Amino acid sequence: MDGVILWHLGPLPITRTVVTTWALMGLLGALAFAATRRMTLEPGPRQTAIEGIVEALDNGVHAILPDAPNALLDWIGSLWIFLVIANLAGIVPGVSSPTDDLSLTAALALLVFLSVHWFGIRSAGWRAYLRHYLEPYPLLAPFHVFSELTRTVSLAVRLFGNIMSLEIAALLVLLVGGLLVPVPILLLHIVEALVQAYIFGMLALVYIAGGIQSHRAIPSSPGPIPP
Amino acid sequence: MNDMTWFVVLSTVVALLAIGIGVMLPALAMGRAISQAIDALARQPEAEKSITRTLFIGLAMIESLAIYVLVVVLIVLFRNPLLAYLLE
Repeated sequence: MDGVILWHLGPLPITRTVVTTWALMGLLGALAFAATRRMTLEPGPRQTAIEGIVEALDNGVHAILPDAPNALLDWIGSLWIFLVIANLAGIVPGVSSPTDDLSLTAALALLVFLSVHWFGIRSAGWRAYLRHYLEPYPLLAPFHVFSELTRTVSLAVRLFGNIMSLEIAALLVLLVGGLLVPVPILLLHIVEALVQAYIFGMLALVYIAGGIQSHRAIPSSPGPIPP
Repeated sequence: MNDMTWFVVLSTVVALLAIGIGVMLPALAMGRAISQAIDALARQPEAEKSITRTLFIGLAMIESLAIYVLVVVLIVLFRNPLLAYLLE
């Protein structure tokens, strides 16, 4: 559960999670760099695939927040891409997925927590953003703060718990059964990895959208849809 | 029975009970959420996208409750901080 220490860099222990994360980051960065060279107006198959991915991420973000700023698209999109790759890395033999370490998921959740305030303050300004803590009634401000803390913790624990429990389940079945018996569990692992990456990014998006929209009036629900 | 035996027996029994109950209740909640979502989907098929999105987010929230139970149970079984007092 806690990262296996591979070697020490001076006083700093380097865990397996750090190595895997940096390797994945390097891989993704190199892929993104290679994919965006020589872009043409009439895309070939490779560029079409990349554009499809970017457009899917774009649609996902704009479905929640139609006027999303570009920085938000970058942040949520890279979160989605990284988490899909990081969760699926556990399937590769010899590699353990970096998201089964609470340190990594806690770091990501902390970034989400900070970005909620960053985007909220940037779109509304200090005063309007801070005022929403006093919104229904000033007495409820501690509950706002408390809910922000608990939802950050739950964001971290949810991703960590899901990935770790799947790995432990596969390991237990491997111990009880034989060599190929955990394969169905690994198939479930693939589905769960994709779902959890989607959920993490979507919840981050919903929280950030809540921060951005906090100073606006709640839009009235549209009337009944005509038959 | 000495202290260690009691500790092992009690933590195993409690962990099994906790995971049993802690999975049962979120399962009921998830079943209810899904049945309501399918109800809404049958009534308004054109709202499929937003219903599915909200359903997924809600399911993740409910599911994390079961995950909390799992994490606590694993801590009790493998990393019980109170074991140190017993071993002293």
